[in-house]
Amino acid sequence: MALLYNKNVSVTGISACVPREVVRNQDNGVFAENDIKSFISNVGIEEYRASGPGICASDLCVAAAEKLIEDMGINKEDIGIVVFVSQSPDYYFLPNTACIIQHRLHLSKETLAFDVPLGCSGYVYGLNMIASYLSSGQIKKGLLLVGDTGSKTTNAKDKSSALLFGDAGAATMLEYDPNASGIHFHLATDGSGYKAIIVPEGGFRNRFSHESLIEKTDAEGLTRCGINVHLDGFDVFSFGITEAPKTVKKLTEHLGITNDHIDFAVFHQANKMMNEKIRKKLALPEDKVPYSLKKFGNTSSASIPLTIVTALREQLHKKSSSVILCGFGVGLSWGTAYTTLGNLFLSELVEL
Amino acid sequence: MDKDAFLKSFADQFDDTDPASITLDTKFKELEEWSSMVALMIIAMADENYNKKITGADLRESGTIGQLYERISSR
Repeated sequence: MALLYNKNVSVTGISACVPREVVRNQDNGVFAENDIKSFISNVGIEEYRASGPGICASDLCVAAAEKLIEDMGINKEDIGIVVFVSQSPDYYFLPNTACIIQHRLHLSKETLAFDVPLGCSGYVYGLNMIASYLSSGQIKKGLLLVGDTGSKTTNAKDKSSALLFGDAGAATMLEYDPNASGIHFHLATDGSGYKAIIVPEGGFRNRFSHESLIEKTDAEGLTRCGINVHLDGFDVFSFGITEAPKTVKKLTEHLGITNDHIDFAVFHQANKMMNEKIRKKLALPEDKVPYSLKKFGNTSSASIPLTIVTALREQLHKKSSSVILCGFGVGLSWGTAYTTLGNLFLSELVEL
Repeated sequence: MDKDAFLKSFADQFDDTDPASITLDTKFKELEEWSSMVALMIIAMADENYNKKITGADLRESGTIGQLYERISSR
């Protein structure tokens, strides 16, 4: 059972960046009007940001990181590790995007830099990874970058995903602090569900070929090609409403805490129906569970920090808060973190 | 897991379809009101009422409500 604790570490700053271009689902010209209305009211996504051909996930993350480093007055020499959690790397498959980012951010050559290709669970995993490096105090500051350009992997004719994914990047500063209360984690995996969210072609299992670009329509009327994301919305929904409440419960029971010890619970922004179901199962009141889904869609690994920056900025500025952070999705992979955010710096949302 | 109660809960997920017209032999995917959103509500209903997981394959491979019931009730 992966219940972990990283002591002497705290999250000290978060920033997020989205592309300027807004795509409004009500303006969608592909699907029937009733279907779109039902999608907006049930899934809860009115609009999302699209990066277009000129912007990569790394660009969003670099912009978020530059803003955070400047706002916090961080000395770049102190940053000993940068991890880029993304499934939208600059290049397939080499080099790692984190190496390019080390250079773009002018971080020291003594910096550890690597990519972690996780999606919706990636923020929680990324926090754990950097916290593990910092816990011993040998590295003082770590930068976690998370983000995806999911809007680029969907097929415009695929009703299961075309209106769902928005693009975003986020930067999180973690610091070694012997007085910190640390970060608690529960992390889990079920690879039997690997097909629930998959881009089937373009990797080494099914290599890219001219056929990867041919659109096919399945029995459910979903049209996509081999290099598009294939989402089994029913499997993902079923998984989310089962495992997300379980992982939160596992961690809170392990720590012996109740909802009274939780000021905010920030969940990966998957789908309003799914997230509301999870919230109700955990008996969490609405005012403790913020959303960014309506304006930004499902932004993969960036969804938790983007929600914190856009929905909790004022509250977290006011007072120290104990938070649950829970990510779940592609892999299938999921996890929960519990920590206290005191003196947290939150930058204003950056638009690129 | 009671068959008739499951059928009633299934029919409750529709807004405009007459519940009396929905039976265990109904080919649910052929109902005019059937949509992916109704499907999500049915998955949520099975989880809430019966603690049973309905997968994408369960929905694809079941023709009638009775067949769906058989697939999930045996778990």
